[in-house]
Amino acid sequence: MTSLISLLNNAVIFGTVILYGAIGEIITEKSGNLNLGVPGIMYLGGIAGLATAFYYEMLAANPIGVVSLLLSFVAAFLAAALGGLIYSFLTITLRANQNVTGLTLTIFGAGLANLYGGSLNKLAGGVGQISVSLTSRTYRAYFSGLANLGVPGKLLFSYGFMAYLAIVIALIASWVLNRTRVGLNLRAVGEDPATADAAGIHVTKYKYLATCLGAGISGLGGLYYCMDYIKGTWTTDSTIEALGWLAVALVIFATWKPARAIWSAYLFGVLYWAYNYISGLTRASIELFKMLPYVVTIVVLIVVSMRHSKESQPPESLGQSYFREER
Amino acid sequence: MAEEYAVKMVDITKTFGTVTANDRVCLELKKGEILSLLGENGSGKTTLMNMLSGIYFPDSGHIFVDGQEVTIASPHDAYTLGIGMVHQHFKLVDVLTAAENIELGLPGKLVVDRKAIARRIREICDRYGFVVEPEKKVYDMSVSEKQTLEIVKTLCRGANVLILDEPTAVLTPQETERLFAVMRNMKADGKSIIIITHKLHEVLEISDRVAVLRKGAYVGDMTTAGADTQTLSDMMVGRAVNLNIERAAPENPVRRLELRHLTVKDADGVLRLDDINLDVNGGEILGVAGISGCGQKELLEAIAGLQDTEEGSSVRYYPQSPEGPGEELIGQNPRTIADMGVRLAFVPENRLGMGLVGSMDLADNMMLKSYREGRGAFTDRKPPHRLAESVVEELEVVTPSISTPVRRLSGGNVQKVLVGREIAANPTVLLSAYAVRGLDINTSYTIYRLLNEQKKAGVAVLYVGEDLDVLLELCDKIAVLCGGRLSGILDARTATKEQVGFMMTNVAGAEREEDKA
Repeated sequence: MTSLISLLNNAVIFGTVILYGAIGEIITEKSGNLNLGVPGIMYLGGIAGLATAFYYEMLAANPIGVVSLLLSFVAAFLAAALGGLIYSFLTITLRANQNVTGLTLTIFGAGLANLYGGSLNKLAGGVGQISVSLTSRTYRAYFSGLANLGVPGKLLFSYGFMAYLAIVIALIASWVLNRTRVGLNLRAVGEDPATADAAGIHVTKYKYLATCLGAGISGLGGLYYCMDYIKGTWTTDSTIEALGWLAVALVIFATWKPARAIWSAYLFGVLYWAYNYISGLTRASIELFKMLPYVVTIVVLIVVSMRHSKESQPPESLGQSYFREER
Repeated sequence: MAEEYAVKMVDITKTFGTVTANDRVCLELKKGEILSLLGENGSGKTTLMNMLSGIYFPDSGHIFVDGQEVTIASPHDAYTLGIGMVHQHFKLVDVLTAAENIELGLPGKLVVDRKAIARRIREICDRYGFVVEPEKKVYDMSVSEKQTLEIVKTLCRGANVLILDEPTAVLTPQETERLFAVMRNMKADGKSIIIITHKLHEVLEISDRVAVLRKGAYVGDMTTAGADTQTLSDMMVGRAVNLNIERAAPENPVRRLELRHLTVKDADGVLRLDDINLDVNGGEILGVAGISGCGQKELLEAIAGLQDTEEGSSVRYYPQSPEGPGEELIGQNPRTIADMGVRLAFVPENRLGMGLVGSMDLADNMMLKSYREGRGAFTDRKPPHRLAESVVEELEVVTPSISTPVRRLSGGNVQKVLVGREIAANPTVLLSAYAVRGLDINTSYTIYRLLNEQKKAGVAVLYVGEDLDVLLELCDKIAVLCGGRLSGILDARTATKEQVGFMMTNVAGAEREEDKA
């Protein structure tokens, strides 16, 4: 029982990282932009948040946790959105190839983040890890009163606020996409930009905003990883990149539906951590288990393509640039 | 004083690269009238209307709406001015419902009020006699339902001027009748309508006035009451021009291809080719005339093994003489056709897409035909290299080198490379689609010369063209297609332009449709 709860706890924390990445990417892809720079953008968000917290804790005389939290949160969002802006400028304005741009952004983000992460470690004394313990503690704070309410309390209330924020953002995204005018227009832009254009929708504006907002949200996944998942430190083991790709896979698994991404993310978490809770695994079979999230994504892709369901397809114009006067 | 004209376009010019799509065109639309805009394919009808609906922006000229000079920079501007266009390719989002498509891009409250839209749709439907289900998804709709939705969409946006781009091309005769009834209702309600079409009997049936474009220029207009199909088709095709294309008499032509009952339906089940019977002879150039989209593409691709055909279709190939057994090409693909020893050359309409690979250089493009030669896994690069060099030299292709990607060449040079490669294989059948489209006059004559050389060498040449003057001077026979049906085969030496134009817009087809209805 305890191990099951611990598996689910781990799954939620794991799932939250990729849920941010996936929600951001769903919003981006709904505008027709396939941003494969998600891992890089999560890197940017993570390092920006961590660096901000680090400098604040180092420079402020009496650092306050909540202030540091707010500063790092905003910094992470902005840095990641800036990554989205680079992507938007290249693919929308200059009409560069989306796949190439996205992959390049991933390499750029990873490189930049690890460069700064390494320097921060040095600044922190050079002996070991930097640690922004105060900020991280604030991020991970929860109501112990609720969390101590037995099994349900442990399952539902033992996470930092960002785990709940992810669900809220996913639900809002789902509502906006399906119920509001803005969402309707955005979906039209991603499905058929020429039609959206002819209907008087500002295609470029929608693409830019969706991509930058999406990148900002994806970046929060990186922030959550640094502050909560690894408790306010930095590692250069490229786990963020692996999680970033899982976020991209999650978008497909959730068939571009934000609400579906919520439980899918936790399912990925369970699948990913399952090896820890199954006894008698060798090192080789552990790696096989870690592969599970990718395997189920491929299965979903196959099932979706076989069912020919129009509702579960990616946005029609995904990956293509739009130019009005093209003949 | 009330303004008589809903829209006035004055001296509109639009160019795409070196191609002039519209050359100082003037057009007037009176209030409450249905105006037909008539012209052959490529005459610039759609381009002109796209400038009215904000898709394109004119290079020069003036547009007046209700007597006021206006600038239409985007589709949004057009809507604001009350101009709505129903495009040939519907601008609808498949995964959205009818109501959502109508609501797209409109200002309003953040949360979409589905009931209010449904109410508005019903109001308009009742007023003009449409049928639209607001909650139906577009991907579940038939073509005619989609078109209705498009019209309702423009009306919901308050359009007073409605532009319909070949609305009947995709409709059955019954659906066409229903559309015309709705158009009359809208006219009675004071809306002005422009209908782009090349079906003459429809022009006569529905419109008050007809304006004719030819090769991007305005030819003239007349009231429909004073027009008949012959005068209209003459205006459309224009006077015959002497081009002085050399044409040798065919030397003992032999039957090479025998097409029987060739029938093709597209993915939507619409007939694209309807029971075509045609012989193509070696040593002759057979021209194919017709308004664009009347089955030319399907005809060539069915012969080349690229098109699925209906039961009963047959394309037989006679390698030696027509008495021989002949080989069936239907059911084969390009590779098996080549394996059968049929030397088929194909110059498709889509040069950088079907014909050549734009990002590959000249030599590599030559290799697309010979990549299977050479030892084992390795290709033999020398012959294609030599071939590329000889094509560049003989056809005077202007290119920095043979290792330049063909995409960087001009249209004419791309076509020379393609034709050069195709005839280098010593074909027995040469299929060409719009071989001189977009080419300058000199390159065009080079292509004519090459085709004539092939003809003299005994090749069966199928030349799909759009310029009737060229067809009449280059070809030996002309097969005229209309709406997927063969409306007749003419001797190109005696046929007149008027005859061909008349058959292209074919009255026989109209009678047939009336029979069905």
